[in-house]
Amino acid sequence: MGLIYTLNGFYFAAFLFLTSLGLSIILGVMGILNLAHGALYAIGGFVAAYIIGLMGGDAIVLIIIASALCAMIAAGLTGMVEETTLIKPMYRRPLEYQLLITFGALLIIEDLIKLIFGGESRYASAPFDAMGSVRIAESTYPLYFLFVMAVALVAGLLIFWLMSRTRVGIMLRAIEMDREMAQAMGIPMRKLSVMAFVLGASLAGLSGALVVPTTPAVLGMGMEPLIMAFIVVVIGGLGSLKGAFLGSLIVGQTRSFGIVYFPEMEMPLLFLIAVIILVVKPEGLFGQK
Amino acid sequence: MKRYLFNTRAYAYVAVFVALLFLPRFLGAYHLMMFESGLAFAIMAMAHNLLLRYGGLLSFGHGAYFACGAYGVGLLARYYPDHFSFELAILCALALSLAISVLFGFLVVRHTRIFFSILTLALSMLIFAILVKAYNFTGGSDGIRVEIPTFFGYEFDMRRIQFLVGPYYYILLGVFTAATLTLLAIVNSPFGKALQATRDNELRAEMIGAQVKKTRWYAFVISGLFAGLAGAVWSFVNGHITPEISDWVFSGEIVYMVLLGGFMVFEGPIVGALVFTYLKLYAISSTEYWMLIIGSTLVILVLLLPGGITGGFRSLFLRLKR
Repeated sequence: MGLIYTLNGFYFAAFLFLTSLGLSIILGVMGILNLAHGALYAIGGFVAAYIIGLMGGDAIVLIIIASALCAMIAAGLTGMVEETTLIKPMYRRPLEYQLLITFGALLIIEDLIKLIFGGESRYASAPFDAMGSVRIAESTYPLYFLFVMAVALVAGLLIFWLMSRTRVGIMLRAIEMDREMAQAMGIPMRKLSVMAFVLGASLAGLSGALVVPTTPAVLGMGMEPLIMAFIVVVIGGLGSLKGAFLGSLIVGQTRSFGIVYFPEMEMPLLFLIAVIILVVKPEGLFGQK
Repeated sequence: MKRYLFNTRAYAYVAVFVALLFLPRFLGAYHLMMFESGLAFAIMAMAHNLLLRYGGLLSFGHGAYFACGAYGVGLLARYYPDHFSFELAILCALALSLAISVLFGFLVVRHTRIFFSILTLALSMLIFAILVKAYNFTGGSDGIRVEIPTFFGYEFDMRRIQFLVGPYYYILLGVFTAATLTLLAIVNSPFGKALQATRDNELRAEMIGAQVKKTRWYAFVISGLFAGLAGAVWSFVNGHITPEISDWVFSGEIVYMVLLGGFMVFEGPIVGALVFTYLKLYAISSTEYWMLIIGSTLVILVLLLPGGITGGFRSLFLRLKR
């Protein structure tokens, strides 16, 4: 069974990675902690569930691609609106206003979801059912879980490539290092800020879209992933991609094995690990002082 | 002594206190109870503002210590109903919030700015998880009922509503007044000045002999204690406690109260807490989409009135004076 638990751990980690990656990009590049990130995740979930319900059960590849794309676009657009209307005036303001305005955005988006999609939960398990399962170590394992891991891995590699190899990524990292200097060098801050925010938001949407085939979309579905993503970011170090990756793995595996060996107490166990890491290395695994 | 006798602020305090003494004559039972939870939240908001305004530390998880206070009362009510007196309940609440804030404070004061906020938020969710998951002990998401306590041996033989609009209002007013004056004294004490020095310039504060981490830790514990006190007095008003008060959304509302009132003025959070209590009541009773209302007012506040209500009045006052 150990192998299955490990696989489950990777599966949890895949979601955490996608969610915390978006959070981490926004935090790292712009220095803003987006408390509405969980709400963007929920948008992804609801839009994907709607699309899957609309398209029925055939042509599963098409459904998955369409639902994920629509979810990313919806979450990305919401992120864009949030950035341009609410966050834009906040860059020069103190931390408390930045946090509070994203908190306000969270409340507004949550209620807008309720307004648009209604209060009831939405089931959309078609992709999960259609993919079936494979035999691994004498037990069956849902193929969909492996698919999610692959998506997270590909997304991670793409982002890593974007940040380290492309012009946009280099400019984003320059902003992360020194905002003023980057501006002085003529880097288009406005454009890149929106871009980074949309990128982070659409990653949240993607992970919301990937979760609905396994659990229904409900109001407030983004709250727990958001807290988990916080723990990942704290463990890995603020705004570090490597940190988000390693942090997700640690949290994912801890959660998977914690559920088996310490049922009901997997959350406190996670915190215990986070606390140990913070006492040993206060800035997180890959954080800068 | 002179400093306190000839101080307009002192006169204003006395005037407000006297007005509050006569408030039950003018407010109906329902509104008086709302006002009582507002007063409890006001203690909470002032405790939060001790860290924010004077320590420069933004806690996004203060609901945890509020919950510790409330559950100190609740657990006493649940396990020792025979000894359920107000003074013992407050002691339990303070002990529990002291223990947790000492422990958590030790961890979080090693960080400042956004890392501090994330950590306090995450730790409050730990309390939330424990309160929900340890349902055999804490009653889980059903929570705990809080009955009428005895008060220094005196038993109140009356209905809950009578207790709340009668004797409890004055008990709460006493606690609120004591908490306000104590916090004001702390802010103006050498410790308060040292705390402000650590906020303004960490390095300089260290150089002139303030122990930065220790000062922050003490401030965190004091803030946690008052938050626990607020949770305790609130639990009697509400009559029922659930883990929701440790959820980070409630902590976000606390920050909202503080900024709504204006965190640059000592009394700001009191105003903010009272206004917020009524705002939320109004929003919830008028529409299903109350989060939309709260969220929009929050956004408008941050964008247009960053000084909060008291800050707005102060700048208006200064403009008129010129």
